[in-house]
Amino acid sequence: MRPVLAKETHTLAVLVENKAGVLARVAGLFARRGFNIESLAVAPTDERFSRITIVVDAESASLDQVKKQLDKLINVVDIRDLPPESSALREMVLVRLSLSDDALVDDVLQLVSGFSGAVLRVRGTDMILSLSSRPEELDSFLDKLQPYGIVELQRTGAIAIPGIE
Amino acid sequence: MEMDGGQALLKALEHEGVEIVFGYPGGAILPVYDSVLDAGLRHVLVRHEQGAGHMASGYAHATGKPGVVMVTSGPAATNIVTPLADAYLDSVPMVAITGQVPYGLIGTDAFQETDTTGITMSITKHNYLVSDPNDIPQVVHEAFHIATHGRPGPVLIDLPKNITDAMNPDSAMTWRDPVPVDLPGFRPVLDAEPTDVAAALELLRSATKPVIYAGGGILKARAAAELQALAERTDTPVVTTLMARGALPDSHPLNLGMPGMHGNYTAVMAMQEADLLIALGSRFDDRVTGRLDSFAPDAKVIHVDIDPAELGKIRQPDVAIRGDAKRVIASLLDALGDAKVADHGPWRSKLSGWQENYPLAYEPAEAGGKLKPQMVIEKLRDGSPGDTIVASGVGQHQMWASQYWAFDHPYTWLNSGGLGTMGYSIPAAIGAKAGMPDKTVWAIDGDGCFQMTCQELITAAVENIPIKVALLNNTYLGMVRQWQEMFYSNRLSEVDLSGPVPDYIKLSEAMGCVAIRVEDPDEVEDAIERANAINDRPVVVEFVTEPDENVYPMVPGGKSNSDIVVPPFQQKETRA
Repeated sequence: MRPVLAKETHTLAVLVENKAGVLARVAGLFARRGFNIESLAVAPTDERFSRITIVVDAESASLDQVKKQLDKLINVVDIRDLPPESSALREMVLVRLSLSDDALVDDVLQLVSGFSGAVLRVRGTDMILSLSSRPEELDSFLDKLQPYGIVELQRTGAIAIPGIE
Repeated sequence: MEMDGGQALLKALEHEGVEIVFGYPGGAILPVYDSVLDAGLRHVLVRHEQGAGHMASGYAHATGKPGVVMVTSGPAATNIVTPLADAYLDSVPMVAITGQVPYGLIGTDAFQETDTTGITMSITKHNYLVSDPNDIPQVVHEAFHIATHGRPGPVLIDLPKNITDAMNPDSAMTWRDPVPVDLPGFRPVLDAEPTDVAAALELLRSATKPVIYAGGGILKARAAAELQALAERTDTPVVTTLMARGALPDSHPLNLGMPGMHGNYTAVMAMQEADLLIALGSRFDDRVTGRLDSFAPDAKVIHVDIDPAELGKIRQPDVAIRGDAKRVIASLLDALGDAKVADHGPWRSKLSGWQENYPLAYEPAEAGGKLKPQMVIEKLRDGSPGDTIVASGVGQHQMWASQYWAFDHPYTWLNSGGLGTMGYSIPAAIGAKAGMPDKTVWAIDGDGCFQMTCQELITAAVENIPIKVALLNNTYLGMVRQWQEMFYSNRLSEVDLSGPVPDYIKLSEAMGCVAIRVEDPDEVEDAIERANAINDRPVVVEFVTEPDENVYPMVPGGKSNSDIVVPPFQQKETRA
């Protein structure tokens, strides 16, 4: 499992107007300026605005240029960079396992409980689990699950808001 | 007031003060063209949509007002992609209107459908796909606002046919005057922070070898007078980039001329040896800096730009000032008051020494030899009014025009600096002449460029926009030939345009122009005089020039500016 946050990244909270094509504008800008996106999560916050959390590979671009280029997009209203140590940051993962032996179910349940994850479905040796935590916790959760036989997984990418000072 | 979307578009353009639209009709924009018949503005029917785009750009550059281009969907929209990219890179205020297939057909690969907003997203400042005709007045108002505020640039509005077509109920709308623009994500900062001004002043006052590096932003901000005031007040020499030619008169003793790949020796080396660069509306383009890690190695940098993304993009400034060039220079001068600046006498003498040893120069033609292109430009300059507007294409002739035309007025030099669009000159000249009908407008073109867009001379003839074209015919794609000669062992690949066709005289006459061919140096002045006397038709003067002439000086691509190559006949002399 590739550790998502092992490389240096910047986490940006980008407030955008809810206009057609705004996600394409943001994604297109990253592509044409050669900035690599590690993850991107987006959803509306109200009728007028959406909020995007973008995690950028820091080696591909200077934080200053990323912010300034983003700011040139007319539909981008506000950009804040959120240092991971002082921000509330969460990511969620859904994992489907197919165990080789139903004796292993208890081991997995124990593991999930240790991470404060959730078991969404169990049928025989098939299980669907979820975990919402910091991305590095997700990395370690998935590492530990690896030997049990991960069939499919989906991570949401990080979302973040500033911490309380 | 009840109307259809097509009528609303024309009313909105009039509301923005648009006097002239360059365009070409077609399927998806047909309903709008029906309203053109009743509108109180001039429409110039071009011969290729690309021409309309460059005309809008030339108009904008010469007049300072936004240019407007209007075309249909699909192939017409893709034909204006080049002018949009050109205007985006050179920060030209422009609004493009494109027709689109009816909204319900979008995404079905309908006839003449292209994803125009998708295609132009990266080459416009912003673009719109309008779905409701009631939005037209406000969208048009926003588009003009965005195109002309902050760093200028092109904005595109894509209009599906169903919302403009009177025969379609979707097009019914109620006109409401646009309200003041409220764009929370677009609030350009115009005035400098006082602390930044103070920091800049400290550098300005103590520098002993300063250079003002003036870029196209000076002209976009209409700040030529402020630039001159700053240069004079601080006794600071100025280089004017390819995009800033004319920002300070070339006759001004502080003007060192053009820097960069084909800049003159003094302008290039002044930047290399400067202890302070005051970058005003310039963006450290690779054609100016040469190899970046050896560019102006000892200089501190004050960088003023209205686009904060330019500050620190290429070179980290010591003082970064976000703001409008005109207002920032005014606050610098204000803050400077009566304060003294360091003595620049020794620096100025050093520069004068370079100017004496390495002037811009070429070897005159041998007796019986072909015309030297530089000589043609000098004669054209001397034989034309001082405020003549010059539009050039891209290549050797562009560099010679920039080098040998003495610009004494701002806003008189039009060229494609950022994108390097061959074929720019004729349509840009037409746009400029349409906006400034009382000015003499010369397109200085090469034979390669001429063959790309000369059909617009038909537009010029039919629409009575009498531009003049100086066609420097060296029977080569000259700049490419020069690179092949210098960097590819003179293996000339696909650069020979010697034809023998076209016959430029017959071709020009067929398009309604007066055409004059000049081969003899003694006929150059007469031909220019004749051309300048004709004002009822476009004129093409074909100058048959020396095919093997090269542009000097030259900083070879990827080399340091300090490795500047002066013309062969200056190379024997010892460098100062």
